[in-house]
This record gives sequence, C-alpha cells and structure tokens, in this order.
Amino acid sequence: MPKLYSGAEIVFKCLEDQKVEHIFGYPGGAVLPIYDELKNHPTIKHILVRHEQGAGHAAEGYARSTGKPGVVLVTSGPGATNVVTALTDAYMDSVPLVCISGQVPTHLIGTDAFQECDTTGITRPCTKHNWLVKDINDLPRIMHEAFEVATTGRPGPVLVDIPKDIQFAKAKYFKPKKEKKLDGKFLNRFKQKEIDQLVDLMKKASKPVFYTGGGVINSGPKASELLRELVALTGFPITSTLQGLGAYPGDDNQFLGMLGMHGTYEANNAMHDCDLLINIGARFDDRITGKIDEFSPKSKKVHIDIDPSSINKIVKVDLSIVGDVSDVIKSTIKTLKKKNLNLEKSNKQKLSKWWQQIQKWRTKQSLNFINSDKIIKPQHAVQRLYELTKNQDTYITTEVGQHQMWAAQHYKFNKPNRWMTSGGLGTMGYGLPAAIGVQVAHPKKLVVDIAGEASILMTMQEISTAVQYNLPIKIFILNNQYMGMVRQWQELLHEKNYSESYSEALPDFVKLAEAYGCVGIRAENPDELDEKIEEMINIDRPVIFDCHVDQAENCYPMIPSGKPHNQMLLGPKDQEVNKISGKGKSLV
Amino acid sequence: MAKSKSAYSTPSKLGKIDTHIIVVWVDNEASVLSRVVGLFSGRGYNIESLAVAEVDQKNNLSRITIVTTGTPQVIEQIVLQLKKLVPVHKVGNFKREDKKVIFKEMALLKIVANASKIKKALNVCKKYNLVILDQTNKSAVIQITALRKEIDKVTNNLKPFGLVSVSRTGAVAMTRGAEIFN
Repeated sequence: MPKLYSGAEIVFKCLEDQKVEHIFGYPGGAVLPIYDELKNHPTIKHILVRHEQGAGHAAEGYARSTGKPGVVLVTSGPGATNVVTALTDAYMDSVPLVCISGQVPTHLIGTDAFQECDTTGITRPCTKHNWLVKDINDLPRIMHEAFEVATTGRPGPVLVDIPKDIQFAKAKYFKPKKEKKLDGKFLNRFKQKEIDQLVDLMKKASKPVFYTGGGVINSGPKASELLRELVALTGFPITSTLQGLGAYPGDDNQFLGMLGMHGTYEANNAMHDCDLLINIGARFDDRITGKIDEFSPKSKKVHIDIDPSSINKIVKVDLSIVGDVSDVIKSTIKTLKKKNLNLEKSNKQKLSKWWQQIQKWRTKQSLNFINSDKIIKPQHAVQRLYELTKNQDTYITTEVGQHQMWAAQHYKFNKPNRWMTSGGLGTMGYGLPAAIGVQVAHPKKLVVDIAGEASILMTMQEISTAVQYNLPIKIFILNNQYMGMVRQWQELLHEKNYSESYSEALPDFVKLAEAYGCVGIRAENPDELDEKIEEMINIDRPVIFDCHVDQAENCYPMIPSGKPHNQMLLGPKDQEVNKISGKGKSLV
Repeated sequence: MAKSKSAYSTPSKLGKIDTHIIVVWVDNEASVLSRVVGLFSGRGYNIESLAVAEVDQKNNLSRITIVTTGTPQVIEQIVLQLKKLVPVHKVGNFKREDKKVIFKEMALLKIVANASKIKKALNVCKKYNLVILDQTNKSAVIQITALRKEIDKVTNNLKPFGLVSVSRTGAVAMTRGAEIFN
C-alpha cells in the first residue's frame, strides 16, 4: 500500500518536485495546515510579507529576475482578494505566478462562512487558469498542472484554491508526469516557409526596424543573445518596448531607445517612416502605437509572438509567425546564413540612407532636459544613479508614473531580467515588493527601486519585510510631492487644474526609514547627490533615499493622445524654439 | 476637432458586423461555462444565444454553441481567445450565411385559447416540424424546430391566437455532408 500524504504535505511535495526554493505569503485561518507543514521542508524558504499584494509583487519580481515561476501562499477571503491586483498585474505583463490560496472547508463553501469568498470566481478573469480543489485525489495533478500552465506558452499567473478540509485529507502522491514534450510542436507552429518570407522581406527592405518586447525576455537569456546576433547580422535599427528593455544593450549604436508615448524621437519616427516593421514578442499596446489609423502607415508588418491571439488583435499584419521567440530568431539566423545574405554588407548602401535619416532624428536629442545647479532634476538623478551603478550587475524595479518613464529613458540596460516594472496594469506600489522578490533571488546583487513618493506609500509596509530578512534593497524616491504623471496630464490637458494630485502631508522619509529599522538618506541639492548615492550603495542594509527633485518637471518627449508617432511633443528646449517661431509667424 | 483630453486614443471606424456561430468543445467541469461566458463579457463581445449540454459522457465533453456578432477582427479574436482557455479542446466558427452548415433552434410554445384559435395557431406552425406535446380543449403545448428568425416570426404571428409562453433553446449547429469540424 503506497504511503498516504495529507493535502498540506502534497502541496510541499509538489513544490519540491517543481524545484521551488522560495514562497511569498501571509498566514491565516484557512491555510494553517499548510503553514504547519512548512517546518518539515527546509529547502523551501517562506518570506513573510506585510500585505498579500506585496507577496504577489514580490513573487513577480522574483519570477522576472530569474525566469522561474514565483509562488504565493495566502489565506481565504481577504488574503485572496488582496492578491488580486498582483495577479492582474502578472496577467497583463505575462509573469509566471503560482498562487495557492486557502479556502473554507468544502462543506461551508457557499454559506458565507467566515473569511469565505468566491476566490476562483474573482480571479477567473485575471489568471490563465484556476482550480478549486474539491477532491484530495486531484491535488497532485492540479498542482503540477498549475506549474505547467503558468510557465508554458505565454507565461502568466494561475491560482489553486484549496479548502481547509482538503489540506487535512489524505491521498497518494505522484510526481509530475514526464510526458513527451508536445510543447515544441504546440508552441512553435511556424513553418520554414514563413521564415523564408521574413528573410525575403528583410532582403527587400530599405527602411527596416526591429520592434522588440517582453516576449524576448520571457523566452529566456538565449533569446536575447540570438536577438543581438540577428541585429548585428542585419544591420537594422532596433527599438524596444518598456518591457523589452535589456534584451538588447541600451548603449549600443543600433539601439534607438524605447518607443511609444514617452519613447525617443528617433525610435518613434523610425516606426512611423519604416517600410518593414518586425515585431518580436511585443503586442502593439496602445501606449506604443498612438493613433492606430496612422500607425506606421508605409510599412509591411511582421509579428512574431508565442500567443496566437496577440496577432491581428490591434494591428493587422502582413506576416505572422507564431512561435517561441528564440526558436524563430534561431531559424531566421540560420536561413540568413544559409542564403549567405550578409545584409549588413550587401544592404549597406540601401540602409545607409535610412541610418542617415535616423542620425538626423537623433540630433534632436529628445531625452535632453535643462539641468540645474540649484535643484535636482529627476532625469539628472536617474542619470547619476546609472553612472554610479553601471559598473556592477544592478537590478532595477520601479513604481508607476513619471519616475518610471525617466528610469526607462535614462537607465541603460545591458542584460535581460534586470528591469522589473509594471507596464500593462501600471500598478503604483509595485516596485518595493518587487525589489524584495529580486533581492531574495539575488542576495548579493544591488537592487534599486526607482520610486515616486506617492507610489511608494501604497506598499510602504513591505520595507518591514526587507528589514526582517536583511534584504538590502535601495528605495530611490524621486520626491516631487505630486503624483507627477497625473500633474503633468492636468497641466497639459486640464488647464493646470491640479485636482487632488498634490500630497499635502508626506511623511519624513528619513525618520520613516529609521522607524522601520533601516537607513534614511536625504538629498536636496545637486552638489551632494553623487556623494549620497555612493553612500546608499555602500550600505549593506535596506535604504530609503529621499531625493527631493524639481516639482514642475514634465516627462518628455511625449506623444499626445490621439496623435501618431511623428507628432511628438519635445522637451522645453525645443518648445522654446517653437514658441519663438510661432510668434514670429504671427508678427509677419 | 476639439483637443482630446483622454489618455487613450479615440475609437476608429468600425468594420462590417457579421453574425457568426461559434462552436466550442470543452471539458464538462465546474465553472467551465462561466470561463467561456466571462471571456465574452470581459472583452465586450456579444452573445445572441447560447446552447450548452454534455455530448460525450465517456470523455466528459460538452458542446457549447454561441451565436455572436462582430467585425471580422473581433470574431477572429473570439476564436483565438477561446482556444487559450485550458478546458477548451477545439473551436468551430461559421458564418450564419454559410450554406454548408445547418443551424436549428427549438422552441416550446404554450397556447391558451379556444379550439378554433388553437387550430389556427397549429396551422401557423405547420411548416416548422410541429410536434404537439400536450393538448386540452383550452390549451396546447407545441414544439417547433426552425431557424432563429423563423421562430421570431412564428411567435409574432401567434400572438393573436393565444400564445402565453415561449421557451427557446438557442441555436445549435451541424455541418452538412460527411465533413466534420477540425
């Protein structure tokens, strides 16, 4: 007779077999049997957060910086509802999460029992799939399936809801089935013919551009290497979405910078004027495309994506290739080499005109800002942070808003999995718990959350988690006392009616840091900035860095709403010039 | 044009809207219907009618037939999004005008009227595979199978003849000939 295990034991046996080393969670009545079992499994370390949303974002940071699924453990009712934001965030940004939630005992389901909620009902639209385990014998299968669903295809969050009586009940355990991997076939539906078509389009193009996204990162580090090879082989310019940063070196000459609403002038104009647009692992998000009717009007469009439903969802494309990014790029490189099309050389003349045009756009220096020696400009702060941390392998997370865009614009990433930001859902409060997850996965690395003072207050409590586990994360707050992005939109579009975007009563972040038992640093003028940043880096404890920046600074360049890529608003320098010429015109 | 204050783009021109019948084979398990229906409501797709029942007890499969409307792009999205759901096995998609496919809907109708009106009512339904399921001298319960728009017409025509209650199944579909869905 095979050994019988309790539901709680089965949960841990599955986690062990799935090689899980860390789980992020918060105990409560309906998961107590699982928490009771924790002590018997020394290879699995539990990180106790202060709020379940923090557990979810920490697991996201963990997943995005390692490529492994993040695991979350929460109780029923409020435990489950608190994690919904993080699940939705992970769903939007394709982050593999496995969330295990406790549930009231099966006989109480539907009776409005204490801390009962319809967890699978609530999380159905924000997970790839979820399960309510009603029979203990299903538990091993469901747990293994959960990991499979979360990590294969386009990754995403899943949830397993386990009633308390199931956690006590006993059943046989079996290991995940080593099925013949159908995945290769299932995920890669592309045919050589499509690769040939792509190569053909590449050969004919005179104004090509690569537009790459988070799919490259999700496809693993190999995909980034292959992407670099492909870009070098073709000599084409490349731009990246917010989520794709790091897949291609940010300081390389072929890289045009990020595209989209706050992307660079050269990247957006290249997208608008190109004759061949190759989308690799991105999804034509509305922050990227601007006005759809006028999006890249002259180009042939190619879309490479693992998710068939991403194709033709927003932009109709001429060639779609459904597959894992690294496999598609590998085949493309192979075909390019076989046909001996050294595009970089053979196309040099054709492409040189295109590159000349790009150089012209580059001279606009659209990321420029007017620096000051009296007040810290937020862009300057990010640039200094980059300069002072680029010599080491640094992981950056962010909250959501102006600081996030400045970080994306001015921090240059050279490796994948170093940049964790909430792009799809835009969750303020993401960065601090995400930094915790990253630091748990990479205890010796420098992890910085570039934050805003409004966002950080949404999940501030998690600094207590960082202190508990000696996680030396650095919270770099660009403090302008406003919800900066809200303020910017109000200034530009709502006649400077700054309705509820100013925080009247902010905490003293240095004292707050001390209260939590970590280190607080404040920088108020540009002269002391470098010295203080160095101080922050050298402290081997969690630090809250309160960087007081210009309150009125706006994030440029910017594509105003409803405008196409080639009608960008540039920064104050350029606006000054335009203003003068405008007045000049009216005088004539 | 007034300056847009929205952080989002304005909607562009809509394409032509067609009616499609989507057939979905799913594992017959708890909450599978809400996954399918939730996908439709969550993404703003229409459901004109819905028919669902288990069709294979051994393999535990149910067949869901959904009549929906949308632009070609929306219909394509519906199919692709449905295919992503874990309990979905396969998805069929037919235009309502498709000659190769038979669409049928069944309706139960209750007539409460005098004998002459009932007779007239039965006459109206004659063309639509009429079955009389129950009859008294004051009432009749009848079953018809027909196309959706035919049933719409019949129920309209029956109003003067004492139609008091209508129950309809929603359309189900089957391909003609030896062909089967892929």
